[in-house]
Amino acid sequence: MNLPQIMQYGLSGITVGSVYAIVAVGFNIIYNTTGIINFAQGEFLIVGAMTAISLSHVVPLPVAILGAVLITTALGGLIELVFIRRVRDASVLRLIIVTIGLSIVIREAMLHIWDEKPWSLPYFTGTSSTTVSILGAYISVQVLWVLGVSAVIVTALTLFFRYTTTGRAMRACSDDRMAARLCGINDRWMVTLSFMLSAGIGALAGCVISPITQTQYDMGATLAIKGFTVAILGGLGNSMAAVAAGLFLGLLEALVVSQFASAYKEVVAIVVLLLILVFRPSGLFARRATSVRTA
Amino acid sequence: MRLRIYYPVIAAALLIVVLHLALAATGKTFYMTQITMSAYYALVVIGLCLLMGYAGQISLGHAGFFAAGGYTVAVLTTCNLNGLRQTPLVEWLSRLGVLVSWRDLYGNEVLSVSPWPAFIAAILLTALIALAIGLPVIRLKGHYLAMATLGFGLIIYRLALGAKVLGQADGISGVPAFHLLGELQINGRTPFRIQNYYIAWSAVLVAMVLALNLVNSRVGRALRSIHQSEEAAHSLGIDTYRYKLATFILSAVLAAAGGAMLTHYNGSIGPSEVTVMKSVRYLAIVAVGGMANLWGAMIMGILLNFLSLRGVFGSFDDAVFGAILIGIMLFAPQGLLRVPKLQVLTSLLSRRSHG
Amino acid sequence: MRMRVASVLCVLAVACGLVLSGCEKSPDASGPGTPAATSPAATKPATDAAPIKVGAIFAVTGPASFLGAPEEKTVKMFVEKLNQAGGVNGHKIELLVRDSGASPEKAISMAKQLIDEEKVLAILGPSTSGETLQIKNICQEAETILLSCAAAEEIVIPMASYVFKTPQKDSQAAQWIFNTMKDLGIKKIGVITSNTGFGKGGKAQLEKMAAENGVEILVNEVYEKEATDLTGVLTKVKGAGVQAVVNWSIEPAQGIVAKNMKQIQLDVPLFQSHGYGNIKYVQASGDAADGTIFPCGRLLVADELPADHPQKAVLTQYKQDYEAKYKEDASTFGGHAYDAILILTEAIKKAGSTDKKAVRDAIENLQGVVGTAGVFNFSPQDHNGLGLDAFEMLTVKGGKFAFYKK
Repeated sequence: MNLPQIMQYGLSGITVGSVYAIVAVGFNIIYNTTGIINFAQGEFLIVGAMTAISLSHVVPLPVAILGAVLITTALGGLIELVFIRRVRDASVLRLIIVTIGLSIVIREAMLHIWDEKPWSLPYFTGTSSTTVSILGAYISVQVLWVLGVSAVIVTALTLFFRYTTTGRAMRACSDDRMAARLCGINDRWMVTLSFMLSAGIGALAGCVISPITQTQYDMGATLAIKGFTVAILGGLGNSMAAVAAGLFLGLLEALVVSQFASAYKEVVAIVVLLLILVFRPSGLFARRATSVRTA
Repeated sequence: MRLRIYYPVIAAALLIVVLHLALAATGKTFYMTQITMSAYYALVVIGLCLLMGYAGQISLGHAGFFAAGGYTVAVLTTCNLNGLRQTPLVEWLSRLGVLVSWRDLYGNEVLSVSPWPAFIAAILLTALIALAIGLPVIRLKGHYLAMATLGFGLIIYRLALGAKVLGQADGISGVPAFHLLGELQINGRTPFRIQNYYIAWSAVLVAMVLALNLVNSRVGRALRSIHQSEEAAHSLGIDTYRYKLATFILSAVLAAAGGAMLTHYNGSIGPSEVTVMKSVRYLAIVAVGGMANLWGAMIMGILLNFLSLRGVFGSFDDAVFGAILIGIMLFAPQGLLRVPKLQVLTSLLSRRSHG
Repeated sequence: MRMRVASVLCVLAVACGLVLSGCEKSPDASGPGTPAATSPAATKPATDAAPIKVGAIFAVTGPASFLGAPEEKTVKMFVEKLNQAGGVNGHKIELLVRDSGASPEKAISMAKQLIDEEKVLAILGPSTSGETLQIKNICQEAETILLSCAAAEEIVIPMASYVFKTPQKDSQAAQWIFNTMKDLGIKKIGVITSNTGFGKGGKAQLEKMAAENGVEILVNEVYEKEATDLTGVLTKVKGAGVQAVVNWSIEPAQGIVAKNMKQIQLDVPLFQSHGYGNIKYVQASGDAADGTIFPCGRLLVADELPADHPQKAVLTQYKQDYEAKYKEDASTFGGHAYDAILILTEAIKKAGSTDKKAVRDAIENLQGVVGTAGVFNFSPQDHNGLGLDAFEMLTVKGGKFAFYKK
């Protein structure tokens, strides 16, 4: 293998990995506040992208995306108020089940709203064949958009969770909800806020990846499983690590494709995940054995 | 006194006969086809109920065990060894009496493993897989366990889609009937409808007896204590890990048995049996039944699968299951059978509200 | 414990009641929430003979909905029009559509329902080859006609006397691709296929026929049908130094292949299969799709056909009707369902009866039926009835389908 080819595999891994990473970030926001995993996160992406695609027929692209993010944010809040908040005796098992149910219902609703066809947003800059060349290999400009948006989101989230009062309050809720409430934190509102935030970020992610992946009503589950894998690989709750883990998984898959057959890349990804779960459940990048929750 | 727990089994057996008579009287015996299929799915649900309701372990990969059973019998009973007759392995198997020669629908002669050895192999293989997966995975909790079982299901799904011997996307068809004993056989053709109705129900009742026996034994009490507080159970000297692992394997074996028998009944199996959505459906059914309620899970397993297989939900099939998951968790976390209004009804029937 | 016994009894009794009352309520068993089943009962023929029951199993929802949805719409449209015109031989057609969600086990259950309960004359569909292969034996044993809309050759080989299929054969599509390669002097190719029944069938034919056509397959990879980026696989293809790429799949991934090839500057011709028959896939890949070569039926280029072409009238009529009624582009997938119901009605006309055996015999002897996929000439040896001439090499020009000329 020559250098351009190795580079090309690397860039291909980054393309796939950037998608995984941006999906995984959304998982961590809700996890950081509530300690639950939202299995409907993948659907937030698709709802966001689909809404933007519909809006883009009437308004310019940036406005359409903004509109889609706002609408999905509202949807996220609504879902928390109407469903999550009402779950009685909210154990992890119950909440997992509710979010799985939500993901199915949202997906089926989308089938009846946007039908079964694949849609996509236009490339943000240039066309589908616009590429950047690095050392003889090529990468789509849209991938740079995905990486850029991920970086901005992760930085903003890190600052938010670390330095703002609201962010700290949200983290407090995750650590010990009762204690947080005793400190005068409105824990219910924090949970709602986290759903809104992750829905909005999911929608943005859905829009940014739509030109690369196309958008179809039933893609959410596949994306969510990958995002969930990456979130666990990085260590639940750690957004920065999630991005690293996403790129790691993407590169690993590219390596499998280059050396073996692409048919096995999914299996390899899952086997790695199972190994991580068994031997290092707190994630690839955790310094301690216990779970780390710095956003 | 312990016999008391089996009274419902006798009642259920009677009801099964009554249902048959009712169907026959109304000329609707064709419903038996879907009831039979649903009964095999109910085996998975009973196993999952033991695992989730009593041992408190979530599994998002139970369709994987179902498929492990189904695919094993499908491969063994359809793989044609005719060309390999002279090889030592085939000769040895032939002498052992595990091979059978038969003709398929197109008149071709097939030499394959006969159904009973195939069935036993399927059960043993699944138990081994469950042991290998369970050993490390059972230690995990919450999301990590959910993810690990989901991952296991995905691996089986990928194998089914990727391996040539498993038929890839098309699955395996042309699986022969399963001759159980004398004239009894698992066979999906119309003339065998009534006997298959009873075969499937017998399998369900046997599974129920097994499961009831387990939850009412020492093991069952241990499991319940694990579910309530694992630390407390542990401090009482209960080997929580071993009990959970045993339950995991038992529930996998029940799923595999269901998969193997349904594969013979349908004459085929495909990768759609191993999707995440399938595992989620089993989960939904256990939730509707009321988690730690074997009878509830079994009844819902049959009822919901029956309606789904008949296409009653039309294009809203998946949506119905999703809505059920949400609705139950929101409004009736103890399951549909424990909803107060229904309880009034049941107490009227039983004349004693507690027993 | 007594409590639990009682509740079990109660619920079982309720369940029985539901089941029994359910069957009283809906003898046509379409059930609630089955928008699929048209209700021809409402337009009951006043004087005509009894309606002919025809079943259909399509993957209207689920992972193959891009096949099942247009198929369902097409068949409903066809039957509606036919019944308005008085039906066939004075019988109206009563269409019973079931949504299998692309699950073979549901297809099995639904096939048994249609055969045992509804006593249908024939079943149209299913949409995917996995489902078709799993109900093939059931239909054969019950002697009910099956007109599959799926591609795999195993549907008609080995031949079951009651099983037919309407899409063109994979081997014929592969032959067209190899012929075109010969014209272009292409000897070394990379093959990528999706892990669906369609991809599997195509891969098998390409592997089988490559050598005899003087073509060498250097890279042969399978990708998941949900793939969202294929630059990795294509890098491998590029590294092998191929002269052309063949992609055989039926999902949206077809659009991604074209894009990714342009992105990594893999500048060799891209051949797609006859699964590329949906303009959405072209639109999804933007200008990258230009120049893609693929064999396909003539539906996509109906407007450009010469007026005297035998298929012209059928194709333009179907296209106009479909696009007017459903406000979306017609696809070749819907066309396969059109052909299935067309063949059935032609056979009923010819047989002059609604006896299963008579209609089956009639299908086997149908000659010169002009459908969307081509002109069907069935025989006892050929249950597909399409020749090599059913295909045309097409290409994409300026985001539209056009005839391919060297």
